[in-house]
Amino acid sequence: MRAFRHRLNRFREDATLAHSDTAEPTRRDFLYIATGAMGAVGAGALAWPFIDQMNPDASALALASIEVDVSAVEEGQSITVKWRGKPVFIRYRTETEINEATSVPIGDLPDQLARNSNLPDGAEATDANRAAEGMEQWLVQVGICTHLGCVPLGSSGDFGGWFCPCHGSHYDTAGRIRKGPAPENLLIPPFEFVSDTTIKIG
Amino acid sequence: MAGHSNYVPQSAAAKWLESRLPVISLVRGSFVDFPTPKNLNYWWTFGGILAIMLMAQIITGIVLVMHYTPSTGAAFDSVEHIMRDVNFGWMLRYLHTNGASMFFIAVYIHIFRGLYYGSYKAPREISWILGVIIFLIMMGTAFMGYVLPWGQMSFWGATVITNLFSAIPLVGEAIRTWLWGGFAVDNPTLNRFFSLHYLLPFMILGVVILHVWAFHTTGNNNPTGVQPKSKKDTLPFHPYYTIKDLFAIVVFLIFFSWFAFYVPNYMGHPDNYIEANPLVTPAHIVPEWYFLPFYAILRAVPDKLGGVLAMFGAIAILFVLPWLDTSKVRSGSYRPLFKQFFWIFAANAVALGYLGAMPAEGVYVILSQICTVYYFAHFLLILPLLGFMEKPLPLPASISEAVLKGGSGSPAGAVAAPDTK
Repeated sequence: MRAFRHRLNRFREDATLAHSDTAEPTRRDFLYIATGAMGAVGAGALAWPFIDQMNPDASALALASIEVDVSAVEEGQSITVKWRGKPVFIRYRTETEINEATSVPIGDLPDQLARNSNLPDGAEATDANRAAEGMEQWLVQVGICTHLGCVPLGSSGDFGGWFCPCHGSHYDTAGRIRKGPAPENLLIPPFEFVSDTTIKIG
Repeated sequence: MAGHSNYVPQSAAAKWLESRLPVISLVRGSFVDFPTPKNLNYWWTFGGILAIMLMAQIITGIVLVMHYTPSTGAAFDSVEHIMRDVNFGWMLRYLHTNGASMFFIAVYIHIFRGLYYGSYKAPREISWILGVIIFLIMMGTAFMGYVLPWGQMSFWGATVITNLFSAIPLVGEAIRTWLWGGFAVDNPTLNRFFSLHYLLPFMILGVVILHVWAFHTTGNNNPTGVQPKSKKDTLPFHPYYTIKDLFAIVVFLIFFSWFAFYVPNYMGHPDNYIEANPLVTPAHIVPEWYFLPFYAILRAVPDKLGGVLAMFGAIAILFVLPWLDTSKVRSGSYRPLFKQFFWIFAANAVALGYLGAMPAEGVYVILSQICTVYYFAHFLLILPLLGFMEKPLPLPASISEAVLKGGSGSPAGAVAAPDTK
């Protein structure tokens, strides 16, 4: 009985130490923290599948590319095609529109980067860097306003380019943001002319 | 809550149950015997109205789900199917859509009542904060519910609101993709919104229980803002307030029915009867009326991240309101200057709602900016300073005295010391 009581007191001492700030860390402290840490890692690992299931699934990720025949598009006309669930504007620009776009000094642009997926990230937002390479009459861009994702209206706005009716962003004839809340120029998707009249997007 | 019960179980069955689960005395203590200030006016009935509206939304929602199909190919048609084919489907859907608007009318009146009578002040800060949480969950629920019919406004509303998250530096784009489950609002987005739209009302119910628990612990505020001092200042909740609330609920339901049965589409947008088209944005996107003031604040700031921060900030500031108002007097009835600023604030909020519905150009932008600045100034400048500058009217010694001397005047022998509240 005495031996038992002695052991009980030792146990109590141990338990007290484990919760005292001044004492040396005990084996119990270590086990307590290790168990807690293991539990936290386990909870995190279990939570991840529940979070990640909301990310794009395999079918959404399957990279799609489309080919568009633009032979029927005449000067001053635009078509809108759907690529990866998003509208893509393809515009055959007029001489006036190109001149207007080239005459703007880079310093006047709110976003001075080309935002062209076919060029290096730092490229300047000149008209040449926005238009199709070697075919400056063609402008191919994702038709989604960089503010909050509406589809801008063509041939409108203060700069003769696009105007987003949702929150009043004005884009010029090269799809560059000029006025309004949108932070960036319209995105140029990866594309190439596979023939004179066929564009491959994606 | 149960502590207020006078209930003593009589029958053997009641005694058996009470000794195992004291649920009878819990209900009696909360909704029958609960001592309630005897001077509550009709502005206080909106809590009960909101409880009824929450139940109405849950019940109509559950039966609508029995006929709705959450898929981009079938959602729009299944809503039309509800409107044309399902027995009483038109009525259930109109009750549910108009019910959302009624819910917000009631919650805005309830919030402004709290603002006027200082219901957010000590010791009711937790009730107030839980209320702001309910308001936030309500907004999320209403937004996701509006997406489900998959009309043009559903789709573009969802696009604009989810794009707000892309304004967050560094991780914004990843969060937006995660919310969408793809690279645009599409079928995965519709499915998850449906799942959450079903879940969130039950979370609201949970927070409502905490909200009621909190103000049943501190006791209700009342039009004088003076705490009950004796039993003479209170009445049992039943029958006095059950009947008063019931009368207000009936009047409110008449108002609700008029909308649901006579002008069911008055608060909706015709564009939402056009099926969603990811390639065409409607010329003029407007959220539902209850989001308009916040939408105006979003558009007032000519910077994407700034606009998003201002909009969320406009709600977040309500969380700290109990510590921004420095006045020791609770009720606006005894605060001559506050009373005027309260009505200016209310008018400003209505003006923001109007501006949110107008196109984002010209004079509307400038007016939105002025109103947005005033909105924040009310909380950050006016309320903190008023507490020091204003001389409040003398407070009644007790609720009974205020009632017997005829309302919120300055009865003879009133105690003016501010610390008595």
